[in-house]
Amino acid sequence: MTALALEVASLARRSVVRTLRQPAAVVFPLLFPVLLLAVNSGGLRAETKLPGFPTNSFLAFALAVPFIQGGLFATGNAGIDLAKDIQTGFLNRLALTPMRGIALLVGELGGVMSVALLQAVFYLAIGLVFGVRLKSGIVGGLVIILLAALIALGFAAFGAFAALRTGSTEAVNGIFPVFFVFLFISSSNIPRNLMSTTWFRWFATINPVSYLIEGVRSLVITGWDAQALLLAFGVGLGVVAAGFGLAAASLSERLART
Amino acid sequence: MNARQLNDVARGVSWRQLHNALTNPVIFIPSLAFPLLNFAAFAGGLAKVRDVPGFTFNGSYTAFQFVFVLLQSAAFSGVFFGFGVARDFETGFTRRLLLAAPNRTGVVLGYSLASAARWLITASIITAVAFAVGMKVGGDGVDLFGLYTLSLLVNFAGTLWSTGVAMRIRSQQAGPVMQFPVFLALFFAPVYVPLSLLTGWIHGVARVNPLTPVLEAERGLVSGEPTHTLLAYGVGAALVLGFTLWALGGLRRAEAAG
Repeated sequence: MTALALEVASLARRSVVRTLRQPAAVVFPLLFPVLLLAVNSGGLRAETKLPGFPTNSFLAFALAVPFIQGGLFATGNAGIDLAKDIQTGFLNRLALTPMRGIALLVGELGGVMSVALLQAVFYLAIGLVFGVRLKSGIVGGLVIILLAALIALGFAAFGAFAALRTGSTEAVNGIFPVFFVFLFISSSNIPRNLMSTTWFRWFATINPVSYLIEGVRSLVITGWDAQALLLAFGVGLGVVAAGFGLAAASLSERLART
Repeated sequence: MNARQLNDVARGVSWRQLHNALTNPVIFIPSLAFPLLNFAAFAGGLAKVRDVPGFTFNGSYTAFQFVFVLLQSAAFSGVFFGFGVARDFETGFTRRLLLAAPNRTGVVLGYSLASAARWLITASIITAVAFAVGMKVGGDGVDLFGLYTLSLLVNFAGTLWSTGVAMRIRSQQAGPVMQFPVFLALFFAPVYVPLSLLTGWIHGVARVNPLTPVLEAERGLVSGEPTHTLLAYGVGAALVLGFTLWALGGLRRAEAAG
């Protein structure tokens, strides 16, 4: 094992153990999106009667949303864990070692990614148990989990950036709800072509989260839609690159070795 | 003498709480931002739901959702207030307050009055935004007075509920206990469509949810077609009475805890 891989593995193990020892960090991100899914799929079932609605099951339509919400929780958890390490001085002590910055960043996100994978499998299982049938089949299910992991990684990198920038758990907690704006102003509850309010449709169209949702949704209700998947993976990779870029830049400032 | 002591304590506590809330953006902004965000997402994004066959509300979807958002802001403004009470327990302020107050019931009354004053500011802003985006109201002045006083009852109930929780747990970790039941009660009501369009389990839950008649009555008042108004006021008054007993019980527990 190379030195870099060893560094990443050590920190990732610590991150995974720490996350699993906090039941609130695991249970709440699992249950809250499912609860919202239940409420919305019951309350908005009538929406399927609108002409042009793409499916007759609102549960299938809305199943994509928990994957994004799970990613948003990853933002908060990653940021709070890293901010705690800054506040307790753990990061400063690491700075005294020869550990590379990138190893720290990737390793710190290990716990979040393990929860993200658990979430994705859980949401998918809930959908299947309640009667959703994936139009893209079993392989489509695996692609959904892959896309969900990519989304969580991207959001978690932004959480890490917020933590490295501010160094405060309170600040990360305050920033976390801002990310929810992107979920609210998106195609999470209605297809973009059925949005009758122009400004909302415009915001939903420029909002990258819409394309992440539509990518997952296409695998559930459409089948293999190349355009939706290319857009979703393209946006997902873009979010990962931007998040890691910003986090790495902030990390190099915070780990400035004198 | 008792009434005067009650009044003095209530006035002092409410002034302090209101001052804190209005001078600290971290406290005030979330209680304003969440309803506005929901208003944008629901009224803007889901306007097409108004076209679902059987949607019986006499008015625009903006007015339909304005009522829910107003009710949500009233309830959550009260809940957010409980966070401050819990924080005061953690810092030791409440212990000193209970020692100094000649009439401790005035502390609970003061919390309720401050929360109501803060919510009235929030409600004014939400109302201004709703009119700015073109909401039309069918009800007259009396109907609108009824709408706001009914919401005010819900605000009192929310504050008394969260105060009771804060006084029992005396830690900010009580946050989810305060929020979660209120969240469930709000979203298990007919949020997106009238009760008659709900089907399945959510219809059964909404029918027995005490907030359903309140929401339906408020929608009746805003559209100028009052419905279930007396029932809704009865529910509102019962919630206030029940949670007053709950909050005073919490006060006794806090006193006993020393």
